[in-house]
Order: sequence, then structure tokens, then C-alpha cells
Amino acid sequence: MSNIVNAMYNIRQFDELARRDSLIHRMHPLAKLLATLVYTVLLVSYDKYATIALLPFVFFPVYVAAAAKIPLEPLLKRLLYIEPMIVGIGLLNPLFDHGTVVVLGYAISSGWLIFLSIFLKGTLAVTSALLLIATTGMDGVALSLRKLMVPKIFVLQMMLTYRYISVLLEEAARTVQAYDLRAFSSQRLKREVWGPLLGQILIRTMDRAQRIYDAMCLRGFSGEYCIGKAARPGWKDIIYVMTWGVLSAAFRGINLPLWLGNLLTGAGK
Amino acid sequence: MHMADALISPAVGATMWAATAGAAAYSIKKVQSKLDDKKIPLMGVMGAFIFAAQMINFSIPGTGSSGHLGGGLILAILLGPYAGFLAMASILIIQALFFADGGLLALGCNIFNLGFFTCFVAYPLVYKNMIGKEFFAKRIIIASMVTAIIGLQLGAFGVVLETLFSGKTELPFSSFVLLMQPIHLAIGIVEGLVTAAAVSFVWKARPEIMEKAALNQALGALPIKKVMIGLAAIAVFTGAVLSWFASSHPDGLEWSMFKTSGKEELEASGNIHQKLAAIQGETAFLPDYGFKAAGKIEPTEEQTEKWPAVNGGTSLSGLVGGMMTLLLAAFMGFIINVKNKVKKRSE
Repeated sequence: MSNIVNAMYNIRQFDELARRDSLIHRMHPLAKLLATLVYTVLLVSYDKYATIALLPFVFFPVYVAAAAKIPLEPLLKRLLYIEPMIVGIGLLNPLFDHGTVVVLGYAISSGWLIFLSIFLKGTLAVTSALLLIATTGMDGVALSLRKLMVPKIFVLQMMLTYRYISVLLEEAARTVQAYDLRAFSSQRLKREVWGPLLGQILIRTMDRAQRIYDAMCLRGFSGEYCIGKAARPGWKDIIYVMTWGVLSAAFRGINLPLWLGNLLTGAGK
Repeated sequence: MHMADALISPAVGATMWAATAGAAAYSIKKVQSKLDDKKIPLMGVMGAFIFAAQMINFSIPGTGSSGHLGGGLILAILLGPYAGFLAMASILIIQALFFADGGLLALGCNIFNLGFFTCFVAYPLVYKNMIGKEFFAKRIIIASMVTAIIGLQLGAFGVVLETLFSGKTELPFSSFVLLMQPIHLAIGIVEGLVTAAAVSFVWKARPEIMEKAALNQALGALPIKKVMIGLAAIAVFTGAVLSWFASSHPDGLEWSMFKTSGKEELEASGNIHQKLAAIQGETAFLPDYGFKAAGKIEPTEEQTEKWPAVNGGTSLSGLVGGMMTLLLAAFMGFIINVKNKVKKRSE
């Protein structure tokens, strides 16, 4: 039950964030999608031991979050949900990688570097993806998919899924609540009711699909779902993609933290 | 069982994107040619249904724990493999975007692992054969169970292989397989039980829905061979091209530098380098600290081989530089925030 409420809250919250107005929000959705994709690909292209070299990749999410005025709290909350999985896989590495490295005079297992690397990559990739949806919204994503020549039927079907998620989540929540009120039990459903409960929702869903289709026909549906007209990407959008593309590539090519560190400590002269 | 971006390499990510895009393009073609408009809302709403159903916790008898529905198989049963695959892809895209379940680059892997194996392998090869021409309650239950387990086992194995090929983690193949397959056997049983319960309920309550879905191979019978050959071709091609870029010697970036400049790494030379060195000498507030402390530790052979870039000296520089980088990023965020506030006040 709390699962369902959380999911509804989460979707609504990101929807609201996406409706705000800022420099980033006004960017063309395609520009934001491309910038995020280039960033992610370069980020995960680091080898498994890369840790400090990854840090300049912090600039992109920080910039987007600040420029788009996205509050940190919902982002961090989402990250907390996801982090256990990333940490879980990462934590096994110190067990399997028996190499050692010396950091500041201390020898540690190089598996810890892999762990740290996975943790950083995971956190940064997740944050940038969340920022994409928080500044673009589902309509924007659909729009950029159409621009990328993804067939109409797929985008249409995805948009309908998205539209009806909140409706069906509410329906599922009501059904589960009705069960809870009558069963006086835990929030888990006993085996006897698996079929009837899920099947009921399923049948109602299919009937609903029929009604939706009828309603769509009455409103003149002809296989076209109007997402809205997209302005053509302007020079600002091109500059945005170019800037972050070039910066990400530069960060990937030059080890900025090491260079900065050398500059400050005078090492490597 | 969602893959995360952090665990895959760009080559694996792109290969799986290509394979998934291929499967999706083929499905779209199939669905489009046979589809009446009616199926579109059904596909959408069914996707939303699976999304909602995944949030419901079912108690697992005898264990005290709970599980939830995965959904790939129900979609394949009620919509047919092509529409089912597309609906699953939409669900995973929405989950990746709103819930960060699996990243953007890993999306190809996830759609493939959770959608392809259930809709295009387990469903046509196992479920269809087991269920036969007529529906019986028992047959539905057994077929759903077996198909769900096989589909999930294949998906889990996909995760293992993709992780292995990416080389971002040190988990040995055998340990990873031994970890993944049994866990997903348990999950597969739950998925199978829930699917079977739901499907047989629908069959009892509204048999026409099931019969229609089965007859409505309007969405196409499955020439599995054709799909497989096409996908294998795409995957091999992308994999071959990308793995060359991705191999560490030379890696893509070094390779392109080598091509454009004739050197694998650009040497800073001449005046600029000397000037920078001079600036460096003046700005260093921790001069030579790291090197003297670290000079005593001789790197062993293994560590030079494992991570050649690390020695005591560079690690201090790296840590200091890393801190500086983070401070700079935080400073940038702070400045933009202040600017935003000033702008708001002046409005």
C-alpha cells in the first residue's frame, strides 16, 4: 500500500517539477536528452578503477539542478532508494579483487576502488537521468523520441501507459485498501486472493481500455496523439549540447583533479 | 534485476540498445500491419496495469517474505508477443526516467532481459507449446509457472553476461551465476504463481478475453528464427565495431587522438608547458608533500599491473585535486543559486 502511494507521489512530484520555468526547462527536449546521453556514455566509459578522475562529471548535474532550480530533497530521496542495489554489487568487489593500491601511504584492496568507482558512476548516472525527467517531463521526452524518428505507435502507446499509470495506481490502492479493511491482516495479500484480486483489477482494466477507446473515437481519434508542437531547436539548444558534449569529452580526456592537485601540491613538476 | 548504468560499458550498452531497437522496430512493424486502433489503448492501459500491479506485495507462503509481479509474461499472454514487448519497453522507459530503476544507457539491456526473453523466447517456445489448442485450468497454471521461471532465468543470465562483458566489476563469472540464478529461481516461482493465479481467474471469470487473446494472433504468429537471425546480426555488428573502440589499447579516445595528432597522448610542450610549470611552482600550497611521504613505499609488481596510475604521490595530488573539483562544482551551484535569487528579487 505504501508502495503504491509512494509511486503516485513520486510521479506527481516529478511532473510538477517539470512544469516549472527556467533556462533549462525552456531548452528543447531533444537537446536535453542528447546532452544527458553523451554525458552518460562518457561517464561509463571510464575503466573500473577510475575514481577521482570521475569527479569533474559532478559539474553537469550540479549545473542542471542549480540552473533549473530543482530542489535537492526529491533527488536525494530517489537516490537513497536506488543506492542499496549499486552498493550491493559494488561491495562484493573488495572480496574478489585481491590487488592492492597505495593511497597516502596506506595499502588498500583495489576492490575498494572498483566499489567507489561503481558508486560514483551509479550516483552520477542516476542523478542526471532524474534531472532529465525533472526538467523535461514526459511530454518532452515523447516529443524528442518523435524527433528521433521513433514510430508514432510506440510513442502513443508509451504516452497512454504514462497517462493511465496514476489512474490504475489509484485503483490498485483502493482495491488493496478494501482488502486490508476486511482482512484485518498484514499488508501482504494471502495466496487465496492473488488470483481474484489481480484478476479483478485486470478485468476492470480491460473494460476501461474499451471505454477509453470509445471515448477517444467520439473525440475524433484517428491514430494520432497530439503531443504538442515542438519548436525547432534553436542556437541556444545547439550551444547547450555542444558545450556539455565538449566539456564531458574534455573531462574524460584530461584528468582535471590530478592536474589541479599537481598544481596545488607542486607534484609532477 | 534492473541493470544499472554503473555496471555496463558503453560498448555493451550500445550493443544491447541496437538489439532492443531492432526487436522493437520489428514488433512495431508487425503490430502496425495487423492492428486495429482498438489495440492501442489496450496496450497502453495494460502497461499501466502491470506498473500498478508491480507495486502490490503478495505474501509468499511459508517464507514470511513478499514478492511482486514482473509482468512480461502476462503482457505476452494477453496482448501477444509483439505488443507485449512494446508495452514492457514503455514500462521500463518510464521506470528508468521516474524511478531511476536502471539508467538510460542500461535501458537497452533491461528491455532485452525483461522483455525479449519473456515475449520472444519463453512465450512462443514454452508457453504456447505447453498450453496447446485448448485451455484447461491446470494447464494454464503449469504453463505459466514453467514459462515465468524459464523467462526469468534467461533474463538473469543475460544480466550476468552483460556485466561480464562490460568488465566494470571484478565478480567472477561462476560466483555471479551462482548468485543470480538461484535468487531468480525463487523470484520466478513467485512470478509464475501470481501470473497463473491472475490468468486462471480471468479465464474463469471472462473466458472470452483469453480466447480472444489467443485467437487474436492478429498480432502475428512468431517467426522466431527470422527475429533471432536479424538480432544476432545487429548485435554482432555493433559489438564488433564498438569493442574495437572500447578495448583498452588503444581506447576510443586515445585512438582518435592518435588518428588526429599521431600521438596517443597529447604532449604539452613548448612555451605553454613551461609557463604552466612556473605558475604551478608558485601556486602550490602543499609543495612536494605527497612525494616525500610516498617515496618510501615501493609499489609491488601486482599493484603496478593492477592500477598503474596510482602511487603515493599521485594519490595525494589526486585527492587534493578531487576535493578542489568538488568544491568548484559546489561553488558553481552556489553562484547560480545566488544569481537566481537576485533575479527573482529584481522581478
